[in-house]
Amino acid sequence: MTVQSPSTPSQSLWRPNRDRSRLIQTIVKCICGAFAAVSIITTLGIVATLLFETITFLQEIPLWQFLTDRKWTPLFASKEFGIFVLVSATVMISIISILVAMPLGLLAAICLSEYASPRMRKILKPVLEVLAGVPTVVYGYFALLTVTPSLQALLEFLTPLLNVFLAVLNALPFIAIESLPELKGFNSLSAGLVLGVMITPLVASLSEDAIYSVPQRLRDGAYALGTTKRETITSVVLPAALSGIVSSLILAISRAVGETMIVTLAAGANPTLGLNPFVPVMTMTAFIVQVTKGDAVHGSIAYQTLFAVGTTLFLITLALNIFSFWFVRRFREKYD
Amino acid sequence: MNINDTSPSDRPINIELFKPNLAKRYNLDRIFAFLAWGATTIAVAILAWLLFTILVDGIGTLNWNFIDSFASRKAERAGIKAALAGTLWVMGVVAVFSFPIGVGAGIFLEEFSEDNWFTRLVEINISNLAGVPSIIYGLLGLAAFVRLFGFGRSVLAGGLTLVLLILPVIIVSTREALRTVPDGIRAAGFALGATRWQVIWHHILPAAMPGILTGMILSLSRAIGETAPLLAIGAASFIAFKPNSVLSDFTVLPIQIYDWVGRPKKEFHDLAASGIIVLMSVLLLMNAGAIYLRNRFQQNR
Repeated sequence: MTVQSPSTPSQSLWRPNRDRSRLIQTIVKCICGAFAAVSIITTLGIVATLLFETITFLQEIPLWQFLTDRKWTPLFASKEFGIFVLVSATVMISIISILVAMPLGLLAAICLSEYASPRMRKILKPVLEVLAGVPTVVYGYFALLTVTPSLQALLEFLTPLLNVFLAVLNALPFIAIESLPELKGFNSLSAGLVLGVMITPLVASLSEDAIYSVPQRLRDGAYALGTTKRETITSVVLPAALSGIVSSLILAISRAVGETMIVTLAAGANPTLGLNPFVPVMTMTAFIVQVTKGDAVHGSIAYQTLFAVGTTLFLITLALNIFSFWFVRRFREKYD
Repeated sequence: MNINDTSPSDRPINIELFKPNLAKRYNLDRIFAFLAWGATTIAVAILAWLLFTILVDGIGTLNWNFIDSFASRKAERAGIKAALAGTLWVMGVVAVFSFPIGVGAGIFLEEFSEDNWFTRLVEINISNLAGVPSIIYGLLGLAAFVRLFGFGRSVLAGGLTLVLLILPVIIVSTREALRTVPDGIRAAGFALGATRWQVIWHHILPAAMPGILTGMILSLSRAIGETAPLLAIGAASFIAFKPNSVLSDFTVLPIQIYDWVGRPKKEFHDLAASGIIVLMSVLLLMNAGAIYLRNRFQQNR
């Protein structure tokens, strides 16, 4: 066996060949940069497609008509384009959902952050994650086939009681309600309730992050002043975490506004103006699904209406998201 | 009230104000704690209720025939063969495109980029895109992939739409995974004369790969459950064949479920529940895989 002498190296083995590595690095960097640019292209694509068809739409239907018509019948012979009909349904369902998600999510966040032991936290957080990971079509099934029948049964069960209540109300002056409202098979009440359940994990986990990050010394200071646990939470911890909590609520509303499957399945497809949660309505997202399910011919007014509604939806959620970012930036309490 | 105006002897002091009244305050505390635990219990109970009803409704019709039959107008002969195959095809397209693009973009933002206008623009875009409703992506897919590029209502159009939808999630999770790799590895690589890319390729990516894969699996599990964007590009709900190329028509599991829920007959509702059981089982498996990967990753470090 010969030991190779260090004095006879093949020099090319050690030559670093930096140029080639540098070239490869430049190429890779450009490819990765192009991949990163996909996000910019996506945004541009969304804005361009929405704007293009919406402008064609607005050339045929004036903006004023779009905003002030009181009926929504773009697929019928006598067409009317009152976007407000769809917006009112979306707003009503979103309000119902946030009325569910705000107390439920916020209290759950307080419980996880302040009351639960570390072991409890370890069990409960994954449960919330599962709740957040359930596909929306499953919630749609739940709303239409479980919650609505349950609510109808509950209303029927409570009817005698409600009738008494109604009689008392009608005995008072100025109030005249003829009969109890009947809960239809499609209604915005159960859609809103289930939508609220869907966005609860979002509120809970984002608020929990905000509450959990409030420094312990603020709580200790409050305890030293003789406050109880609840007083510490409501008057020290929650105000300190306010920006995070509000932004989580706004993001949840934005999610509710853009949600599609629950409202399409459970709230129906009946564009009516008004805020009655017992009857079928049609949200913006439900309209988009209705049109795309039937074969909307490219260039037809139905196809353009699709994008006009999409633009409205996009603008509403964008405004909510920007407001949420602004709120965090403006009102964030900084510690350390 | 002026702070200097504290002459105690002038006015009678309202003692009631300073009384701690502890009994009442502790009672309020108990009510508050009860409410907080109540809210958490309600959330858990609703999840249990949801899972329970779906199991009860769907377990009866869940059998091998259901998995191995195509959609049918007769409830007793209908199954999810086409939907399962469609879901697999679409997820294949999503994985093939979103993995390199998402990881590449993540590497660019975390390892290569300097703080310039391009990087900032990309970052703003990513956080904005995460807040866009999924159905808007469907409209983009309809206008761009289905019409403009002429893919039709195909597996490719549906897959690419979902790729755009989950890219922000993948990019963010990739960046988090890259950030957990200690800087010492980078410094050691540079000290031996390696270029940045050589360090990334040989050392950082292998170290971050479990984290990246975890994020990838979670993103894919989100894409599997998405219905709205695929409805918007017009994916059909009645398909009686398996897709045989990326350009064939398709349906996916959530759309099949949506179709069955929307029908008036009770038999189809039960089929929908069975479909949901299959869908949720797949999601559960994927999440379990992601958690397993995450735990192994944490042990190794």
